Amino acid sequence: MIEVRNIVKSFSENIILNDVSFDYVHGKTNLVIGQSGSGKTVLLKCLLGLYTPDSGSISFNGSDIVVLPTNELKSLRKQVGMVFQGGALFDSLNVEQNVLFPLEMFSDMSREEMLERVNFCLKRVNLENVNYLFPSEISGGMKKRVAIARAIVLNPKYLFCDEPNSGLDPYTAILIDNLLQELTHEYGMTTVINTHDMNSVMEIGENILFIKDGRKIWQGTSQDILIASNQDLQNFVFSSELFKTIKAKSI
Amino acid sequence: MGLIASFGKYLLFIAEVFRKPERRSVMYRLVVKEVFELGLKSVLFVVFVSLFVGAVVTLQTAANMEGSWMPRYLIGYATRDAVILEFSPTIISLLLAGKIGSNIASSLGTMRVTEQIDALEVMGVNPATYLVRPKIFALIFFNPLLICLSMFVGVIGGWAAGVLTGECSSSEFIDGIQYDFIPFKAVYALIKTVLFAFIIASVSSFHGFYTQGGALEVGRSSTRAVVFSSVLIIVTNYLLTQILLG
Repeated sequence: MIEVRNIVKSFSENIILNDVSFDYVHGKTNLVIGQSGSGKTVLLKCLLGLYTPDSGSISFNGSDIVVLPTNELKSLRKQVGMVFQGGALFDSLNVEQNVLFPLEMFSDMSREEMLERVNFCLKRVNLENVNYLFPSEISGGMKKRVAIARAIVLNPKYLFCDEPNSGLDPYTAILIDNLLQELTHEYGMTTVINTHDMNSVMEIGENILFIKDGRKIWQGTSQDILIASNQDLQNFVFSSELFKTIKAKSI
Repeated sequence: MGLIASFGKYLLFIAEVFRKPERRSVMYRLVVKEVFELGLKSVLFVVFVSLFVGAVVTLQTAANMEGSWMPRYLIGYATRDAVILEFSPTIISLLLAGKIGSNIASSLGTMRVTEQIDALEVMGVNPATYLVRPKIFALIFFNPLLICLSMFVGVIGGWAAGVLTGECSSSEFIDGIQYDFIPFKAVYALIKTVLFAFIIASVSSFHGFYTQGGALEVGRSSTRAVVFSSVLIIVTNYLLTQILLG
């Protein structure tokens, strides 16, 4: 369980997150939606401890990471997997070495066991025969899948994804969404996904948080979203013709 | 004030770099990799530059001695001292600040803007220790070897230029490089080399590590890294010469 209470984060005079509070549900895909620049990525980086909030608390199973000593924060991070927007794969390492990296740093497995685990994770994200390719030699969708394989290789309790299907074609985007949802249920992880893709919201959104201008506006499920009365949410969700049609049909 | 704040940030960065690494075995492997990437890949460049500059020093010394009463073996003597005291440790380090420094700053800068450094941090790996320490160790270990090679090749270049142009005979040049040799001068040169290696690796890493923005800022970080490393090398060179030879 991740509990966020009253967090405020600003850069110079700019308030990016303003008194945001909510809970992420364990074992579910939790989505954070909002327009570009609404504070989603800053919120995610606060959750990861990459940014320290100006005030408020962020608790992972009762441990407040804002005040957690560095050593304990590092131990907690070993339970966290992260898929960055661009994948953030290490350019100098090939696919296999990228996925192997967390194991080499933190596990006591033998080399054979590590490679077995790497191949299992690559297979799990539907990637085979790409072990020796470098990030510059694979497509955007493959990069995202390698990043997911790297994120789950240590069996994390928490998985964070920053716009995992941005820049991908609709088919690959749906594959990535479904993969993330399957993995969430399979490993019993608490998954947090930043997105502004409404397809993702409808496909995998089990607990959705909508933020605007750094404030929490609405929280609910993908079923609730179609009937929510909040005007800001309505403007965001039904900005596309497709969703206007879906709404009309559902009514 | 900005400079003082940057210096403070640099000191904190260095403290972070020398924290205990997550895995020592990984660290050893990374040092070897950096020796190859930063050191061995510079060997040809250093050999080429040293050979020609040694030759130029010899020809210039010979030209200045033209028609004078001074013995020709002094050409070898002057070349040796110029190469060992200043040319190899300082000028080659300045050139390496350009070659290696820009490489370090741009690669770390790119890692920063593509969130690879954030990825390390999220995994619980100390990025400063993991990325920067191997570079510092590799350069401190390998630069003295590179500079020794440069000294040797520079003197060879001088000898070849002197003999081939007929400015001095081979035996005169060899007499010159043996004349009044003080071993401490080589020690002084190597002390400088170690400090310059630390400056190149740490200052360039610092600028690359804290890059913010995109490709343009990576380029700026790279330029800043070379400028600051070069200025610090020049100032440190003066201070060390004053302390050790003054």
